[in-house]
Amino acid sequence: MNGAADMGGMMGFGPVKPEPEDGPKFHAPWESRALAITLAMGATGQWNIDMSRSARESLPPPQYLAKSYYEIWLAGLEKLMAERGLVSADEIEAGRMLHPPKPLPRILKAGDVPAVLAKGSPTQREAPAPARFGIGDRVRAKNMHPTGHTRLPRYVRGHVGTVELVHGAHVFADAHAAGQGEQPQWLYTVRFKGTELWGESTDPTLWVSVDAWESYLEPAA
Amino acid sequence: MLSDVELRVRALETVLVQKGYVDPAALDVLIETYETRVGPHNGARVVAKAWSDPAYRDWLLKDATAAIASLGYTGRQGEHMVAVANTPETHNMVVCTLCSCYPWPVLGLPPVWYKSAPYRSRAVMDPRGVLKDFGVTLPPEKQIKVWDSTAEIRYLVLPERPAGTEGWSEEKLATLVTRDSMIGTGLPKQPAEVAA
Repeated sequence: MNGAADMGGMMGFGPVKPEPEDGPKFHAPWESRALAITLAMGATGQWNIDMSRSARESLPPPQYLAKSYYEIWLAGLEKLMAERGLVSADEIEAGRMLHPPKPLPRILKAGDVPAVLAKGSPTQREAPAPARFGIGDRVRAKNMHPTGHTRLPRYVRGHVGTVELVHGAHVFADAHAAGQGEQPQWLYTVRFKGTELWGESTDPTLWVSVDAWESYLEPAA
Repeated sequence: MLSDVELRVRALETVLVQKGYVDPAALDVLIETYETRVGPHNGARVVAKAWSDPAYRDWLLKDATAAIASLGYTGRQGEHMVAVANTPETHNMVVCTLCSCYPWPVLGLPPVWYKSAPYRSRAVMDPRGVLKDFGVTLPPEKQIKVWDSTAEIRYLVLPERPAGTEGWSEEKLATLVTRDSMIGTGLPKQPAEVAA
């Protein structure tokens, strides 16, 4: 969706504020708790990572832009849990369980954390068909504006680039976020010249790439 | 006094524990992992090895996932890795304009600025302006390649090995490798900057 999360090319947010590498990892104790409960609830398997991203980016733009990143995570988590009847708003207000828990088949136990993190969730799958594009092919990012989750940023839509890498077939985020299964598709890194994206006055030394699933792309002359 | 968000996170955690959805000990392990164990020192080891060992460098650039896994760094948010090498002609910079995708096994959790609107909005349009915010100026003719992490591929920048480091051990080289140099918003430290 064309939400506030799709920020490439927006203006007016001011300078980037670098932080020292040896500074604190969390800026308040609640941030570490928010991270941990988000990861632990994700491990219950009640939703996938694309559903998480979709829940966060579909926050109304004024809310998304006003929140810190861990606040966005929390809002997304609350939404995912409420949709599934796992935790409701009145319980968060009350600070205690008011409704019986739903049985969850998987709970992340402390002893399993290292193995679960080390395994991750690889997204590469067997290719359902031969790749449509190869390295060096000219492709156009489609002009499309899906109302659901998508990973094709607005700033490349309609623009022509060149296939730079072919990554094999990967779980298709748009379908996966919508609960339509994995529907793996070929994934490509597509490189665009800065002037193609931003106009002739742009720095001529700039190149920008995105990772794009096959259905985001069409052949360009 | 606790802020609204602190109170809300506490309330949420209490409810989740009461419902048996989360194991409080698992939360502590998760936090401990990303606070102390996983961080840019992992990536620095990868870079230092690539600087020292040409065969490892080739492997890293051809199959970063396997080359990085050989040092023990695998898993969540690093399942599919690509390493991109800076050269005298090209500088690489990594961003996730859509959210906060970042190679956790080699760099740890992303810094606040990486997830912030100023970085996500400008990195793809004005990377030289972003570099200026970090105090970095590159030669005007140098190509800049920005990698927007829009799928599950995670990128690690392999910076150029600083001059004057001939004969250095991998351990010593790793002290030159900064987090920002592996994102592309910085350059490695120079030999004079690290204590002898």
